[in-house]
Amino acid sequence: MNRRNFIQSGALLSGGLLISFTIPKANKLAALADTADLNVFAPNAFLNIGTDNSISVYLSHVEMGQGIWTTLPMLIADELDVDLKKINIKHGGADKAFNHVIYGAQITGGSSTTWSEFDRYRNAGATARTLLLQTAATRSGTAVESCKTEDGFVIAGSKRYTYGELANDAAKLPVPAKVPLRLSTDWRYIGKGSKRMDARVKTDGTAKFGMDIQFPGLLTAVVAHAPVFGGKVKSFDAGKAKVIPGVREVVQIPTGVAVIADHFWAAQQGRKALQITWDHGAGVQLNTGTQTAAYRKLAASDGLLVQKKGDVKTAFTKAVKTISAEYVFPYLAHAPMEPLNCTVKIENNSCEIWTGTQLPGGEQAAAAKILGFKPEQVKVNIPFLGGGFGRRATPACDFVSEAVHIAKASGRPVKMVWTREDDMKSGFYRPFYVHNVKIGVDKDGLPIAWNHNIAGQSIMADAAILFGPPPAIDDTTVEGVKGSPYLDEIPNHFVGLHTTKEVVPVLWYRSVGGTHTAFVMETLIDQLAHNVSIDPVEYRRGLFKNHSRHLAALNLVAEKGNWNRTLLPGRFKGMAVHEAFGSVVAIIAEVSVDKGVTKVHQVDCAIECGLAVNPDGVKAQMESGIIFSISMAMYGELTFVNGELQQNNFYDYRITRMHEAPRINVYIVDSKEKMGGAGECAVPPTAPAVANAIFAATGKRIYNLPIVNNRLEKQA
Amino acid sequence: MIAITINGKQREVAADPDMPLLWVIRDLLGLTGTKFGCGVAQCGACTVHLNGEAVRSCVTKVSRAAGQQVTTIEGLSKLNDHALQIAWAELDVPQCGYCQSGQLMSAAVLLRENPNPTDQDIDDAMSGNICRCGTYPRIRLAIHKAAELQREGAKS
Ligand code: FES
Ligand code: FES
Repeated sequence: MNRRNFIQSGALLSGGLLISFTIPKANKLAALADTADLNVFAPNAFLNIGTDNSISVYLSHVEMGQGIWTTLPMLIADELDVDLKKINIKHGGADKAFNHVIYGAQITGGSSTTWSEFDRYRNAGATARTLLLQTAATRSGTAVESCKTEDGFVIAGSKRYTYGELANDAAKLPVPAKVPLRLSTDWRYIGKGSKRMDARVKTDGTAKFGMDIQFPGLLTAVVAHAPVFGGKVKSFDAGKAKVIPGVREVVQIPTGVAVIADHFWAAQQGRKALQITWDHGAGVQLNTGTQTAAYRKLAASDGLLVQKKGDVKTAFTKAVKTISAEYVFPYLAHAPMEPLNCTVKIENNSCEIWTGTQLPGGEQAAAAKILGFKPEQVKVNIPFLGGGFGRRATPACDFVSEAVHIAKASGRPVKMVWTREDDMKSGFYRPFYVHNVKIGVDKDGLPIAWNHNIAGQSIMADAAILFGPPPAIDDTTVEGVKGSPYLDEIPNHFVGLHTTKEVVPVLWYRSVGGTHTAFVMETLIDQLAHNVSIDPVEYRRGLFKNHSRHLAALNLVAEKGNWNRTLLPGRFKGMAVHEAFGSVVAIIAEVSVDKGVTKVHQVDCAIECGLAVNPDGVKAQMESGIIFSISMAMYGELTFVNGELQQNNFYDYRITRMHEAPRINVYIVDSKEKMGGAGECAVPPTAPAVANAIFAATGKRIYNLPIVNNRLEKQA
Repeated sequence: MIAITINGKQREVAADPDMPLLWVIRDLLGLTGTKFGCGVAQCGACTVHLNGEAVRSCVTKVSRAAGQQVTTIEGLSKLNDHALQIAWAELDVPQCGYCQSGQLMSAAVLLRENPNPTDQDIDDAMSGNICRCGTYPRIRLAIHKAAELQREGAKS
């Protein structure tokens, strides 16, 4: 039988932080469940209902801005038939019960939360509702078929029960394997949406992030890292650091030297006073200039086969014109607003961690390994995440491991805090890539030959710790070129990959492969359209004839965004379309280029994502992705000189600001297609739409990112 | 000992006079609504009011606040009901939320000084506050909305 799990609920940390407790393994609980007074009806890991009528929903995914704090409870509210506002929402901790239904590990990523949990969370609510109905039927002596729920009550004949009144008895019923789901016509929230359930706590300072964990005895640690990746401490002198008031201890850990103090300021002063001699290692050989040259050379030759069709070589001999292009994409830092941090408290046989992570299970396992514990001995508490964008889904578990090492070495509870500079310099970047593309077109300007090579590091190779040895072709490098709807239509094409190795650790960055592949594909398609003076929307329509979802997004943005509108003098437009994470997003960007400065004034966006469970949430994610992409395209760049990262903080790694943010209009395709993602999907097409608009303005194509590195003049 | 009035309450802290106000507020006074984002006056996450003026607490020495009035996000209103806070929730401004204390504290000074700000005024007042989640379009709308709420409040 599917034993229900027992969830300890309602407890608050001293800091008032909402914390969920991990769910002990079901079999261990068999005995407990029979004897303990549960006072809670927990038909599954995702939901419990207290006899006090409280309803708690546990999130298998984490809230980092994308809005699942609202969307997942909506799914339960609709099936359970309760007011969403009455639900207490909590992050689940690390537990296998919360493993991703597709990825098999507990992970928030791939813009997958809503579609992947759509059935599981609705079922969780429906299961509870079914058991409550049964309980009410038995208690009232009414046939279950004639009982119904009504906003938190079961109506059974003349009786009206609160869910809380029924909870204890409902908890005694066996959990059915299959329960009926409500009809979409009964949905109160799904497809209509709701205001964010976390908005209020995020306007008065009460929302707790990892950075905000405080409890008596907790110390703060900052770490001096090697200035070059792969560097090691040769020797250090902590004498001057230790005399700084507030500094308690200095410990060496595998990744550097940690200064532990009463508060951040003292720890930071202590770190400044450390004298460390580093053994830099081979990393000093990394220079962006030489790396660029080496990758360009590599990408000029055919790499390992990714996908091919027809005979490219012969096709080029038939082309009336050949277009060649080479693109260079820099390393990028995620720079979430909340710098990385992690709090660790180790006791004799247990460890407790508080951190904003997209990979709770991975962090738990990594901590257990360092401490010689079993994973169950490590409890992971997840406050709100101050942004993630992939950086808090590091399979290498770098920042959590570092904090655990500090706490282990010190024996005291510590909150490890990275400064913005630490966050920027500690790696796990969007990789550096070069694309080399050669296209042959026929007399109608349509591509008949397409040869495309990509050079770059493999993210999956760096993720091997968690996901095993990487495949020869890392899809995260080539996605967006591989599987491109345009290539489908090109009778002769070849896509090749050169996987490189560097000391720099790399990672998925919001929209992953789409951060560079969409730029290449969409700026080239624009070029092909201009080559034969065909309107870029028309040109794409022709190539999308077998891709109805692309067409739907394209047509909607062209119509609602009024592609043919007359622009103000000095304004120019560009467009792009890209599919990622199961959704297609089409973008029109309107820009001006004045005295070399590009400004994006307006962005129109259409998304085809199937059912939009929370439409305004989808819109918010489009806005977010668009602005993220503009930061990336306009300014994003990390460079190395002799292995040392040249960027430090927001003054030399710029982020789009209020005065640079465009007006944004978002349109959602009314669609019955399979549900896709939203969180990352606007990032890929925005950057190329901006670049295409810049071409319209200046006649200049952008081949080197970021855009600010290009000298741009308005066309005379 | 340094005396500060924080959110209307007299507090004394034993701090190095050079310690940034941010860390006094967070680590010594335990008010965690004020955020650390950059430490170098670039992002605005740490914005508080010092005698009513928006300052970047990460680069403001605590000695500058000695004997002065400091307001943090926790003190912006008693019931989370400043016109801006209401507008913020109504328009679903926050995403991750980490920058929002600073955004609100900057916007509060703007709105006090300029009850009817234009888009240009908003650009000028708010461009020191980074939002990595890109909530700018909604922040802009919410400031206009809050201005409207304030005007209605003044009328009634
Ligand atoms: S933390 Fe003070 S401005 Fe960024
Ligand atoms: S809401 Fe995330 S940084 Fe602004």
